[in-house]
Amino acid sequence: MEASAGGGCGAGPPLLLSDGEQQCYSELFARCAGTVSGGPGSGPPEAARVAPGTTTTAAAGPVADLFRASQLPSETLHQITELCGAKRAGYFGPTQFYVALKLIAAAQSGLPVRTESIKCELPLPRFVMSKSDGERRIGNPAELLGTKVQIPYLTTEKNSFKRMDDEDKQETQSPTMSPLASPPSSPPHYQRVSLSHGYSKLRSSTEQMHPAPYEARQPLGQSEGPSSGGPGSKPLRRQASLIRSFSVERELQDNSSNYLDEPWRITEEQREYYVNQFRSLQPDPSSFISGSVAKNFFTKSKLSIPELSYIWELSDADCDGALTLPEFCAAFHLIVARKNGYPLPEGLPPTLQPEYLQAAFPKPKWECALFDSYSESMSANQQPRDLNRMEKTSVKDMADFPAPTQDVTGDDKQALKSTGNEALSKDVSEDPAVNSGLLPPPPALPPRPYPSQSEPVSEGDLHPQLNRAPSQAAESSPAKKDAPHAQPPSKPIRRKFRPENQSTENQEPSTGGTASAATVKPHPTVHKQSSKQKKAIQTAIRKNKEANAVLARLNSELQQQLKEVHQERIALENQLEQLRPVTVL
Amino acid sequence: MAMCIVVIAKENYPLYIRSTPTEYTLKFYYMVHTSLDVVDEISAMGKALVYQRELYLGLFYPTEDYKVYGYMTSSKVKFVMVVDSSNTALIFQKLHNSYTDVMCNPFYNPGDRIQSRAFDNTVTLMMIQVC
Repeated sequence: MEASAGGGCGAGPPLLLSDGEQQCYSELFARCAGTVSGGPGSGPPEAARVAPGTTTTAAAGPVADLFRASQLPSETLHQITELCGAKRAGYFGPTQFYVALKLIAAAQSGLPVRTESIKCELPLPRFVMSKSDGERRIGNPAELLGTKVQIPYLTTEKNSFKRMDDEDKQETQSPTMSPLASPPSSPPHYQRVSLSHGYSKLRSSTEQMHPAPYEARQPLGQSEGPSSGGPGSKPLRRQASLIRSFSVERELQDNSSNYLDEPWRITEEQREYYVNQFRSLQPDPSSFISGSVAKNFFTKSKLSIPELSYIWELSDADCDGALTLPEFCAAFHLIVARKNGYPLPEGLPPTLQPEYLQAAFPKPKWECALFDSYSESMSANQQPRDLNRMEKTSVKDMADFPAPTQDVTGDDKQALKSTGNEALSKDVSEDPAVNSGLLPPPPALPPRPYPSQSEPVSEGDLHPQLNRAPSQAAESSPAKKDAPHAQPPSKPIRRKFRPENQSTENQEPSTGGTASAATVKPHPTVHKQSSKQKKAIQTAIRKNKEANAVLARLNSELQQQLKEVHQERIALENQLEQLRPVTVL
Repeated sequence: MAMCIVVIAKENYPLYIRSTPTEYTLKFYYMVHTSLDVVDEISAMGKALVYQRELYLGLFYPTEDYKVYGYMTSSKVKFVMVVDSSNTALIFQKLHNSYTDVMCNPFYNPGDRIQSRAFDNTVTLMMIQVC
């Protein structure tokens, strides 16, 4: 997750940058240096990573503008320039530039400007600058810092694109309105970059120029200016056109939505998918998934353990070792985003915060009703199910589910297993075939790629399927509702257990095998067979799930208690130490 | 200004090392390593939990003197801190809290190196407070 930058130029302390920072800095560097390879929006984050070892240097003019836009006092910026080595080296190479950006981030976070400050993880530096920065550079790439910047700024304002102009003028006239009128937005390419958090058009702040400290860099910048002017103009023009295009979009966009949030916003289909997955692990949506259960589940995503560890850190807001539903959705969303190539954010994005998620997505009612009855049955019988119950072959209608004639638990299982438990034996032996057989008849479901990865047959499909998961979720939600017309009463439960089925199918083929000791009736048609297989598997899985859920819940409760006790202990020991006489050797 | 924080596992190998400024790193590691003997000594004295004890090195280094503080958790994970002066109780408490958060992460296996960014941030903040 971290790449070391600055090795190429060899100046300054070794610098560790995360993916997001790397992307951000390389883009900023590209903007300042005008290199083609680092042009904005150029391809996926991995490819767009500008090699730190390039010999390009950033023109001092744009660099100074950038630094000024960070809204730090000039004294601080001076310090930063010195520290990053630009003064020593006489130019802003990639190393110096990155170090400088990191120092800016540190300064904005309130940390002192020192090389030690940049060793830790910092939010990205914030630059309050206008979009016409790019235009300015187009017009005057060779322009230097200092008072001269004021002039091209004003002249390019006239030359700027009309829309920008209007916006500019509006904002200069009413700076107080700027927060409303300037939601940060960017071309779609920027979505992949968690760029600076505050790319807002606060014209008033950008007009506060700090020419004085940067005049000293004029001699430095002079040699860079003309050289970067040529190659720089083309990508800058492209950038400006992008700026223009998205400024058009910006008017149409919701003002409150931040482009930074777009990859981190959970859509409705995704939300449903996550909730279903949650239920497959933990039947009670208001309870939580313990750490070990979640770990097993997320490990299937084939992300590396450090990445998963980091995702967990981000999403487990209360650090209790367990995931509630919103935490789980956040974690799942981060995993999906990561698999799709988005770099992981430094902190949990606001749209993934548990409070936000809880407020934004109330539980759909049909799920509530269904799971209330289910959870009742769960709590009614905490004992692990006896597998022998599955021997009953009578198919109970799913409608009987909430009103069992027998023991509720037995009813659940019977209702699900139907006559399909015989298929379990075949299922066990033909796992891959079963899996593929199961997949076509039910509507395309997102869970499919995720848990089926251990199947050799579908393993190759994992990644493309997972990438399609969000889009499939859209198909799946309407499809779910159409789904088994053949058995309308069983539709909701089948839907519910399909994820369970597929997620735990491979975990418990053995238990399914034992369950199939019951009577086996062959069914001629493939369709019936597959549905029965499904039911049989579902029942077996359900049984184990219930047992697991009980144990998992106990485990998580105990973990929490342990943590609380631990904290109490620390507090008490602290007190004790204060009372104990200090012994000095 | 100089400071070093080390998290040591039960088996006496380091899980996490961080020191500032960086040129003293080797020296700090050495001091921490030698201080492990003292930790063992004290824990062998039969106390249920070594809450906190100081190792004052005094004139060991005539030019500088550091204090080495130790702190052991109930699972025999030790935090050793080398500082020249500070309010160590609070720091150890925060360290311990941060460490517990790391432990709560199911992807963290006890005995692994600590690579949690939250933990890094906590340590950085404390270092900056001290320095």
